[in-house]
Amino acid sequence: MAWQQAMGSHAAGGSQAPPAAAAGGGETQRTQYPYVTGNSVIALKYKDGVIMASDTGASYGSTLRYKSVERIKAVGKHSLIGASGEFSDFQEILRYLDELTLSDHMWDDGNSLGPKEIHSYLTRVMYNRRNKFDPLWNSLVLGGVKKGPKGDEKYLGMVNMIGTHFEENHVATGFGNHLAIPILRDEWREDLTFEEAVKLIEKCLLVLLYRDRSSINKFQIAKITTEGSTIYPPYSLKTYWGFSHFENPAQGAVGSW
Amino acid sequence: MFRNQYDTDVTMWSPAGRLFQVEYAMEAVKQGSACVGLCSQNHVVLASVNKAASELSSHQRKVFRVADHAGVALAGLTADGRVLSRFLRNECINHSLVYEAPLPVSRLALRLADKAQVCTQRSWKRPYGVGFLVAGLDETGAHLYYNCPSGNYFEYQAFAIGSRSQVAKTFLERRFKGYKDYTPEQLIKDALSAIKETLQGEKLTSSNCTVAIIGQKADGTIEPFELIDAKKIQETIDSMEAAEAAPTEPSSMQEEGRGSDAAPMDI
Repeated sequence: MAWQQAMGSHAAGGSQAPPAAAAGGGETQRTQYPYVTGNSVIALKYKDGVIMASDTGASYGSTLRYKSVERIKAVGKHSLIGASGEFSDFQEILRYLDELTLSDHMWDDGNSLGPKEIHSYLTRVMYNRRNKFDPLWNSLVLGGVKKGPKGDEKYLGMVNMIGTHFEENHVATGFGNHLAIPILRDEWREDLTFEEAVKLIEKCLLVLLYRDRSSINKFQIAKITTEGSTIYPPYSLKTYWGFSHFENPAQGAVGSW
Repeated sequence: MFRNQYDTDVTMWSPAGRLFQVEYAMEAVKQGSACVGLCSQNHVVLASVNKAASELSSHQRKVFRVADHAGVALAGLTADGRVLSRFLRNECINHSLVYEAPLPVSRLALRLADKAQVCTQRSWKRPYGVGFLVAGLDETGAHLYYNCPSGNYFEYQAFAIGSRSQVAKTFLERRFKGYKDYTPEQLIKDALSAIKETLQGEKLTSSNCTVAIIGQKADGTIEPFELIDAKKIQETIDSMEAAEAAPTEPSSMQEEGRGSDAAPMDI
């Protein structure tokens, strides 16, 4: 690998040439930027479990290239994963997780990985790849419910392409982090019913649809409870574009346009 | 030199379908000083007899902490046991590093068994000459496993291995039915009694035994692996002896044991 060779030549106290040039033809290219990307994922805990939502679009650069890709998937029996960012990297991650849950299942001893374990595993994968300067270009949301000694334990966490990870009652990736989180901070409660949670999440999705130019009006909602996970078929939200600011966005705006 | 013509390498079958080298390894377990393990719903106790090689030397350690939620007691070649204990620790640490969760004991015992199995199928290897009592906790409560050099492993409510362990097994067979609801103190007492059975003439003191306990509270909080300190062991032994000396109250325990159709724990 280029950087290893470069290190070697430095250690030998040799050439003064820039390391990359010294490595010559042995250079390797890493993912430098994403190609096909999905945008925001929103998730929150509610009374019986975790609910997660995203649109089904994927952009090639700024072109809305794909309109019905699923960015929320079930992982094992107790977890849901949602992803924004590079879509092919997400597919690679799903392959890792498939392998993981399969080998877990094959122990056949009644133990299974819970959402907390899966989140921790993903964190290690993401941080490891970032340290190789070859990140998986995603923000991942992991939610789930598993029976613990203290009863059903809900879990919701996030990990991003550099391995930063945390647990929260409500999370959102991409634009959602800016536009949905303030709403969730105001309105989220521990004892939301499923209907209330859907309402709240639709409110966030609608804001994103209005303000995030790469989002599309085709959404998927998924939930996970002790009964298992359900990923609902895609549907659209009702929009109203007649607001005066939508019709004349420059009106009253300070600036040259 | 050889006991029979099938006594060469581990992988050679006898016509009767036996692997003699593996059986010899299992004999090594019987040579080591005794270990017992007993298990209630939420606690496991391990105990071992400590034998010093001479008056002037210390004894070998036979009870090891593997992780907060798992520990082992071993009989046989302690050197092999040490290596395997390190392997077990490694497995636990690696699991918690990746998953931030403890490795389920059933899997720990299985990995140990798989490691032992490999040695029964490679001509250039030697089976481990050590028997393991693996104690630990997981989501389903407390567990006790016996791992054998043959690669077999079994889950037990209570078990004993090592020299003269048969008497301890007989003792445990008489009483194991009540163990599910035992308190940690009761478990420790029975562990010491079982150990005492194996001593044959020698007096049981805190200096010739080791006792360890792992448990969890009803809400799942782990009470990590702990070696019981010598003072507390001595107190327990003293109180047991005092009770024996003055058997005024009829022992309900013995009544419980009578007439039980406990299955023998022979392997």
